[in-house]
Amino acid sequence: MRVTVIDYKAGNLTSVLKTLRHLGAETIVTDGDLSLVESAERIVLPGVGHFAATSRLDETGMTGAIRAAIARGVPYLGICVGMQWLFAGSTEAPEQPGLGQFTEQCTRFPEGKEKVPHVGWNSLEVRPGSKLLAGVGAGEFVYFTHAYKAPVTADTAASTFYIEPFASAVERGNVMGVQFHPEKSGETGLKVLRNFLQGEGL
Amino acid sequence: MLTKRIIACLDVHAGRVVKGVQFVDLIDAGDPATQAARHAREGADEIVLLDITATHEGRATLLDTVRRTAKELFVPFCVGGGIRSARDAEQVFEAGADKVSINSAALADPELISAIGASFGAQAVVVAIDARRDPAAADPVREAQVFVSGGRKPAGRRVVEWAREAEQRGAGEILLTSMDCDGTRNGFDCDLTAAVSEAVSIPVIASGGAGTVAHFADVFARGRADAALAASIFHFGVSSARSLKEELAQSGVPVRLPC
Repeated sequence: MRVTVIDYKAGNLTSVLKTLRHLGAETIVTDGDLSLVESAERIVLPGVGHFAATSRLDETGMTGAIRAAIARGVPYLGICVGMQWLFAGSTEAPEQPGLGQFTEQCTRFPEGKEKVPHVGWNSLEVRPGSKLLAGVGAGEFVYFTHAYKAPVTADTAASTFYIEPFASAVERGNVMGVQFHPEKSGETGLKVLRNFLQGEGL
Repeated sequence: MLTKRIIACLDVHAGRVVKGVQFVDLIDAGDPATQAARHAREGADEIVLLDITATHEGRATLLDTVRRTAKELFVPFCVGGGIRSARDAEQVFEAGADKVSINSAALADPELISAIGASFGAQAVVVAIDARRDPAAADPVREAQVFVSGGRKPAGRRVVEWAREAEQRGAGEILLTSMDCDGTRNGFDCDLTAAVSEAVSIPVIASGGAGTVAHFADVFARGRADAALAASIFHFGVSSARSLKEELAQSGVPVRLPC
């Protein structure tokens, strides 16, 4: 299978690419060639760092191309900031709109009770019926590193508790996102990526 | 629930894993890629590879070691030793590291912390601090001193203050090594770890002195560590991360299990 990985110069793609290839995917990386999004079979938008970095997607025309691909039914997986970008925006960069597939805002964990950022292995409470998380059992652990998070809504595929419950995975049809780093989450992470690449109905 | 991380550390010299006592007397402990894969398989939550005698000539060896180690590793992977510039960091990331650990170079040029963070995100920048209590000081913990160059030279900085500055400059984590405890297997410096952990909001990884399961439980509870690093306890089959975590779970420490 072929995966188009979007590079928006917001960090290191090596781990994601390495893991997708390990699972047998052919990876195509682009930071501006819209034709590669137009012909994409699957799209992965990784992300670490600041929400403001997604402004590059608007500048290169990627935002529109990805929106069109999603409308065509191309499976999309956003990782970390790539998941948050599916929302209306984030208080991390209020002037920068997200893709708006989900109408809510991402917000920072409240200060005071625990350390922020949330870094380390935490467990998933998976909602039944998720295609992306098929085969992931209750309480399986994945690796997180983030200070901003998406709220739990009807589109939440898995939730995780840190200070309060937040969406650790979202899924609506072909639009999917994970707050955690599946490329760094051992066997559970590999299972999630394998589902995205080969899963039933994806 | 967020779990406490058990991090396996590989000290590497000239492309081989080594282990010393209080930073000297090195013993060969195997191939880094093989050891990293074994630790991940045996339940380590993260792998740290430190090139403890990094030299300019050693750079190619390090990058090759990182590349080989990262190839089949699907847990977080941090690399340190001899990273002096944002360009050095970039090469290590391109070779497959998820995080870099910087120590002497961050003290020499604190702006390096934000420079790497700007390109790769704060989560990718670990500031490593080699600390030694100051026995002559009124408060040996609060006044503990930072050492550089593999623990050979005092940096003229207090540990707690430097940790706080590193956080303000955009470090994602602090890796705190007690030189007093390192290699002794007599336990972590819990007081010093707690002092640093309370001073910052970013995770603190405790290092130096692991010998028994109780030492880990202690540094998580009393030392308020978010993660603990161990090297020699694993290398010679003393214990695996999994068996360590199973015992920690029994004493009530939240850990990733099964793993």
